[in-house]
Amino acid sequence: MSARDRILARLNAAPVMNKPEPDVAAWFAEHRSEETPAEKAARFRHFIELAHAEVYSVSRGGWLQKLWEVLSAKQIGKLLVAPGTSHGQRAQSELSALGIDCPSYAEPIENWKETMFHDIPASFTAARGAIAETGTLILWPDADEPRLMSLVPPVHIVLLDAANIYNTLYETMQQEGWKNGLPTNSLLISGPSKTADIQQTLAYGAHGPKELVVLMIEENV
Amino acid sequence: MNAPQTPHALHFMPSAGFRARSKEVVDNPFLRQSFRGAMDFLMSKRAAQFPDPVELETLRTLGEQIRQYNLGKLPELLVQLESNLTRNGIQVHWAETPEEANQIILGLCQKHSAKLMVKGKSMVSEEIELNHAAEAAGIDALESDMGEYIVQLAHEKPSHIIMPAIHKTKEQIAKLFHENVPGVEYTDNVDALIQIGRNVLREKFLEADVGLSGVNFAVAETGTLCLVENEGNGRMCTTAPAVHIAITGIEKIVEKLDHIPPLYSLLTRSATGQNISTYFNMISGPRKAGEKDGPQEVHLVLLDNGRTQAYADEQLRKTLQCIRCGACMNHCPVYTRIGGHAYGTTYPGPIGKIISPHMLGLEATATMATASSLCGACGEVCPVKIPIPELLMRLREESFSAPHENPTMRGQGAGYNATVSAIWRGWAWVYRSPALYRLATWLGSRFNWLMPSKQGPWTSVRVPLKPAPKRLRDMLKERA
Repeated sequence: MSARDRILARLNAAPVMNKPEPDVAAWFAEHRSEETPAEKAARFRHFIELAHAEVYSVSRGGWLQKLWEVLSAKQIGKLLVAPGTSHGQRAQSELSALGIDCPSYAEPIENWKETMFHDIPASFTAARGAIAETGTLILWPDADEPRLMSLVPPVHIVLLDAANIYNTLYETMQQEGWKNGLPTNSLLISGPSKTADIQQTLAYGAHGPKELVVLMIEENV
Repeated sequence: MNAPQTPHALHFMPSAGFRARSKEVVDNPFLRQSFRGAMDFLMSKRAAQFPDPVELETLRTLGEQIRQYNLGKLPELLVQLESNLTRNGIQVHWAETPEEANQIILGLCQKHSAKLMVKGKSMVSEEIELNHAAEAAGIDALESDMGEYIVQLAHEKPSHIIMPAIHKTKEQIAKLFHENVPGVEYTDNVDALIQIGRNVLREKFLEADVGLSGVNFAVAETGTLCLVENEGNGRMCTTAPAVHIAITGIEKIVEKLDHIPPLYSLLTRSATGQNISTYFNMISGPRKAGEKDGPQEVHLVLLDNGRTQAYADEQLRKTLQCIRCGACMNHCPVYTRIGGHAYGTTYPGPIGKIISPHMLGLEATATMATASSLCGACGEVCPVKIPIPELLMRLREESFSAPHENPTMRGQGAGYNATVSAIWRGWAWVYRSPALYRLATWLGSRFNWLMPSKQGPWTSVRVPLKPAPKRLRDMLKERA
């Protein structure tokens, strides 16, 4: 018998204590209320700013201008982009003309890990959506926009469409049907990296990005 | 970790170690102050996250129901999890003991000729003492959570399951970095210290061959491993190296994704008083064809280490509801005074007292359950309503009752003392019979001079107990 069989045999030999499945939906229906898109955007902004992120409201066409301003203000001359995405392509073509070096995440990480860790000051990705209740970005990294883009560069700039903000994580999972399949890696990000491991003193930029910037596309901007 | 395997053997682990260590901390005003300050801070942060008592109560009830529902289906969910993880390309391994788990993990490292393993925060890896086993196998196992990194540099173990270095002051950490990290000047600026840690560990993430992590929740229906963290080191360990190995106790499993939002919310709010952690990392497979990063291999080690023993008993099974938030220790008057190291076990505080006996046997942990005033705070704050005080009473019973056949727990009766037992039996006998009681109190008051002046631990800090020369009964009679 293997360890697996022995463990399962012991569990199966234990008294059966079947409990009814709890009604998670009912709890959320009773304790969380729907909000308008503007309320959700405001709540999202409130909480992610509390977590030390910078948020800028932008129009659908105007985010590139703000991106340029953010990079200039932070004196960042190099931005890692995902040219396989429409926003990445636009950033690359227009920012290059403005003198910003926009390398692509084009090759498997093994080929350029050193550079990624030592020579990329900032990255630009989109968020799939966000959660108002906690001020949380939802990212599903993929072949075009890989996982390390939102982790290794010290500054991470994220493009978010406010139309994709949900009330709660529960609502997000339900409406997007997450149980039917998740990507290899999916992420919730609620601010820049932080720690309070030294004398409960909050410090930002522990291992992930030191700064998180959200460009939030809103219809009324 | 080397508790005897035979359930009937009565090998005593002297409680002196625990008591002596406790006394040492109680006598150290700096440690007392550190723990008091930290616990007050964590308690008020938690309280601020739950302003609505109705929401808190209903959410705790929901959390309890979710954990009990999933434990009820545990064997079937483990099989479902294994099959969905395997379908997703994650390899599943099972270990009954810490030794087996270490063998599996180090075997995988050796297969990949790994020299450096970076570790995300994992209490289960502490439980199996992976770092020692790795060292013996010539593999460098480096902690990357800031608190764990500090504790490892100091050759210590975590003193808290969420805040591993809570017992250290920034001055101590400054000295530690200055003495152990090449080229680092002394600074007690916390931001600067964190940046030193960041710079050292970044190079290690870049270099490491294997990343190890724990698991906060494993979702059976999707085959997903969920990790909760703030620093990003967990994401580094699970993303940058070519191989990711996760380890978890068999109980941390839920059937459905729907079960995650309530538990995740309870976890971060109860643990550190955050409405959410910075990162929630859901891993459902290794790098797919075409993807440019992420590990080529992902493994999960499912560890028993005494959990099936707790599972076998309806009452003790509630121990496994735990989501490891640490709120019970933050609110424990004993933990606050003696800190995490005094317990001598991987898991300290109230949760440590109820889970460690299953891992180490009661032989090694008989007195742990007595280190409680039964004030009930731990049970009151537990986000999944584990009745910790009730379980402590049960464990006292298991430890101190006479050894019997077919015990529920390994080491049952380890604390049994025939003399003490006889004294209590005599006490019960006297108190059940009015005539005997009268006789005993009469003898007590007449012969009170026979009481010894040294009465064990009682007289170490108090005056000796002595029956009054006149009983209340006699005094009332005189008045009448």
